Amino acid sequence: MPTSSETLTEARRLRDLFAAKGAQVIKADVLQSADTLLDLYGEDIRARAYLTSDPLRGEMVLRPDFTVPVVQMHMETQADPARYTYSGKVFRKQESDETRANEYVQVGYEVFDGLDPAGADAEVFAAIAEALDGLPVRAATGDIGILMAAVRGLRTSEARKAALLRHIWRPGRFRALMKRFGSGQVPPARAALLAADDPFAGAGPDIGRRSKAEVEARITALRADAATAPIAREEMALIDAILGLRETATNVLSALRDIAVDMPAIGDAVARLGARLEALGDKGVDVAALEFEGSYGRTSLEYYDGFVFGFYAADRPDLPPVATGGRYDALTARLGQGRAAPAVGGVIRPDLVRGLR
Amino acid sequence: MLKLGVPSKGRLMEKTFDWFGTRGVTLRKSGSDREYAGAVEGIEGVELVLLSAGEIPRELAAGNIHLGVTGSDLVREKLANWDSRVAELARMGFGGADLIIAVPQAWVDVATLDDLDAVAAAFRQTHGFRLRIATKYHRLVREFLRDNGVADYQLIDSQGATEGTVKNETAEAIADITSTGETLRANGLKILDDGLMHASQATLFRGRRTNWSDEQRQKLKALQMVLGI
Repeated sequence: MPTSSETLTEARRLRDLFAAKGAQVIKADVLQSADTLLDLYGEDIRARAYLTSDPLRGEMVLRPDFTVPVVQMHMETQADPARYTYSGKVFRKQESDETRANEYVQVGYEVFDGLDPAGADAEVFAAIAEALDGLPVRAATGDIGILMAAVRGLRTSEARKAALLRHIWRPGRFRALMKRFGSGQVPPARAALLAADDPFAGAGPDIGRRSKAEVEARITALRADAATAPIAREEMALIDAILGLRETATNVLSALRDIAVDMPAIGDAVARLGARLEALGDKGVDVAALEFEGSYGRTSLEYYDGFVFGFYAADRPDLPPVATGGRYDALTARLGQGRAAPAVGGVIRPDLVRGLR
Repeated sequence: MLKLGVPSKGRLMEKTFDWFGTRGVTLRKSGSDREYAGAVEGIEGVELVLLSAGEIPRELAAGNIHLGVTGSDLVREKLANWDSRVAELARMGFGGADLIIAVPQAWVDVATLDDLDAVAAAFRQTHGFRLRIATKYHRLVREFLRDNGVADYQLIDSQGATEGTVKNETAEAIADITSTGETLRANGLKILDDGLMHASQATLFRGRRTNWSDEQRQKLKALQMVLGI
């Protein structure tokens, strides 16, 4: 569907607003190499990306967002701090809701600033809030970094922590894993395998790319896991408490400081939240009224690993979010092959902004 | 006129003809065996349209046919929000097949989706690419794995001889339909304990487009009376 001229006007206004804040206007190719891009995203975006093949360049994808091209571009210049803005279409298949657009314009604002992360978080949030000023929207915020710190701080094996961290963005599987790690029980099929004299008795032919050595390595890992003590009930309760937080940001900060007494591992992450709220206050954001949810961003905002936020049409729960954003340090570290470039950014959908005017 | 779409060849067609026949409605191919036109006896105003089973879901959703017989797996795979676009009138009790996930029998450490997920994570680390699952049921497999929180896999398209892909090293696992599991075993594969995605069977569907005439709606009622469904 062609973009309406109203949407284009709105997109231009937003991009100019971000450019006026010192952001460099950048462009990205519509067709991106599928290899790098799809490997970084979660299954949801991967499944919804339009893939196509090019006889010379291999698999290409219609860009599902701008984050990866922006990071790649930044990695070449390495300026820090740096600010970027862009405006352009992104493409995502809609698999269940035909009324949702499969191509739409995003206008983004991305800040790379390794020295003052709290300031950068506040800057991006405040810039998006300013761009949406006067519209009937409500903001929701969260912090994936606190949950990650809590998981890293659990008194359990590194393997269990890694399994939980991998499923931070899949609440159902995360919960199932927590339950199993807290129960001290071994699933029946696994117990039978570990009790067998020869685990490979009756095993079929050794076919496929996964070698017997890999199977043996996992059996060793399963033995170690079966011998691991269950995660303590108190620690399970603390994770639940973090996930259940749903309050104003100031109240959440206070609650998290209480939790940090029993779980010192989240201390640094909580301090970062405190610094962020202070920086937001300095930018004129009313943090005493700002919503914060402990599990916000866990289902839809994969690859964010710190501050996360979204702006929603207040009276239209049926609409997708008008704006979303967050911190994606881990993504830049993976794209930079070790060279991290701490970054935070957000995108606005000008078509939805127009609809709310 | 009410258009009834039926698979145009093979056992599915014969069984469908039998199913209608024992309920007093005779369906048959008209003219030569190669012609895809048909005749209906035992009820007025129903027209037989012979189509490939794979096309019937789409034609039903588009409103080009009003009723259709096809596998319940195909409807779920080919139509987004299938239950808002077609409705089940009768499960016909044949053409049964299970859509399952299978892995090599040599993976003695894998019995459940939970295992598959853990193995997918380790596989990606060891081999540098995501564990490949060969299938032609992309939507169903993706939804199933998403609902069950399995990550770090990729789907590889396989339109036939899917059971051979593991041995040929173009995939590590498969998602396919099976009725007895014999082909799977013959290819060194086993089904995950919780790997049943859908138990499929031939099903009579109606389209849910709202543009039916009163006459067509009455015709459907009459047909349902005759068939006893």
